[in-house]
Amino acid sequence: MAHLRPRSWGEALALRAAHPEAVPVSGGTDLMVRMNLAGHRPAALLDLSAVPGLAEWSDRSAWIRVGPAMTYTAMVRDLAEHAPALARASRGVGSPQIRNRGTIGGNLGTASPAGDCHPALLATRATIEVESVRGERLLPAREFYLGPRRSMLAPDELIKGVLIPKATAPQEFAKVGARNAMVIAVGSFALALHADEQRVGTGIGSAAPTPVIAGAAERYLDAELADGDYWEKRRPLPDVVHRRFAELVVTAADPIDDIRSTAAYRRHALGVLAYRALRWCWTDFLKGWR
Amino acid sequence: MNVTLTVNGEPRTAEGVRVHENLLHLLRARLGLTGAKNACEQGECGSCTVRMDGRAVCACLVPAGQAEGADIRTVEGLAGEDRLSATQACFLRAGAVQCGFCTPGLLMSLGELLDEDPDPGEDVVRERIAGNLCRCTGYQKIVEAARLAASRPPGA
Ligand SMILES: Cc1cc2nc3c(=O)[nH]c(=O)nc-3n(C[C@H](O)[C@H](O)[C@H](O)COP(=O)(O)OP(=O)(O)OC[C@H]3O[C@@H](n4cnc5c(N)ncnc54)[C@H](O)[C@@H]3O)c2cc1C
Ligand code: FES
Ligand code: FES
Repeated sequence: MAHLRPRSWGEALALRAAHPEAVPVSGGTDLMVRMNLAGHRPAALLDLSAVPGLAEWSDRSAWIRVGPAMTYTAMVRDLAEHAPALARASRGVGSPQIRNRGTIGGNLGTASPAGDCHPALLATRATIEVESVRGERLLPAREFYLGPRRSMLAPDELIKGVLIPKATAPQEFAKVGARNAMVIAVGSFALALHADEQRVGTGIGSAAPTPVIAGAAERYLDAELADGDYWEKRRPLPDVVHRRFAELVVTAADPIDDIRSTAAYRRHALGVLAYRALRWCWTDFLKGWR
Repeated sequence: MNVTLTVNGEPRTAEGVRVHENLLHLLRARLGLTGAKNACEQGECGSCTVRMDGRAVCACLVPAGQAEGADIRTVEGLAGEDRLSATQACFLRAGAVQCGFCTPGLLMSLGELLDEDPDPGEDVVRERIAGNLCRCTGYQKIVEAARLAASRPPGA
């Protein structure tokens, strides 16, 4: 057993290639739970916490680039302007202690259907940068999640960053759980209005084997908004559009009965979240968001 | 492996640390600092909360090797030679300590809050201790203690 602690990104990639048995660790809030209790004993850890710069974000004109080790606490503090749905999602993660350590890279590494970053990354059409000694790949968030805790990340790759288009109109994220703190979501939903492209984006968590988008709901709302010239005229959106949108969001889910909730309740909750997210976003848009 | 870190201002080295060990184990079993408590080892209860480079973290979720070079503060570092810290004294005054198991973690969580915001409102206090479970007090006295600590005159 070894604790590998690279001091540079290049060294991290080299160690990843040379030690396939070593499990990467960033904030440890997912991995350590498994190691402490489940007796999960990886042969080695590849500790990314000493690689400089991974916790930072930068402004790339139309985009922001978020480093994989950026914590929820930092995303709440810094990303409310350019990535409001992600900042909102970060605010609801775990507890202050978990937000101080848990990272976006770790959330992607685990790729749990309940991970709170995913709906926001889907709704904003983010891109995930991954790299190995073989080279770099840019993976659309919408293609990243393959199955429960399975993603496009190859065994020799590391998550290098997340590229998120800057918000040009309101975004929302909401989740339902048993209480405010420390719950795994029963259902979550993110909505992003992309005013510049005049289209919307959605993301659903905890309602299928992977985080998913609500494609039919997106197409429906895009068409309604275009037909009624709502983007230009900034008119109130009829209630029936909200309700149809919510219904279509629910059809994208494939929830299960489990200890936290029944599938029927998950569907119901998701419909309510989708309805409200659209109402909140559109109301803010009419108020002249930026 | 050996892990060298600063604990409550003093350089310490823990020897023979295993890779899957966590910081809580390192502090309690290797350095004899039993103030941070172990209840769940899942990040759920907050009784193991310490400050790591200023941030309140669950020591049970920090791989021990990641603490190499870190500045760690535990409840043992709060009181002076013969004097409790102001927040500790407020806990006693408010009656916020019953069995005391949760107290070290709460003091470390609130320490981070009071460093950032010397006068937080009740909502902010409650949000900040959402990751610290107490089975005895019902939290009311803890919130009162935090408010007492916040409103104390400077230097008191
Ligand atoms: C009490 C508690 C409450 C929680 N509440 C929530 C919640 O409300 N919402 C939520 O979404 N999550 C929650 N979590 C889960 C966890 O905190 C998050 O998933 C967090 O984002 C994980 O980040 P980390 O850096 O701590 O991950 P780590 O544990 O360090 O890593 C997680 C996985 O990602 C891999 N990994 C990490 N970084 C990289 C990288 N750069 N490249 C490749 N692979 C990488 C690791 O190998 C590992 O498999 C909670 C956890 C706990 C213990
Ligand atoms: S022992 Fe660490 S959170 Fe419970
Ligand atoms: S005083 Fe007993 S758990 Fe809080």
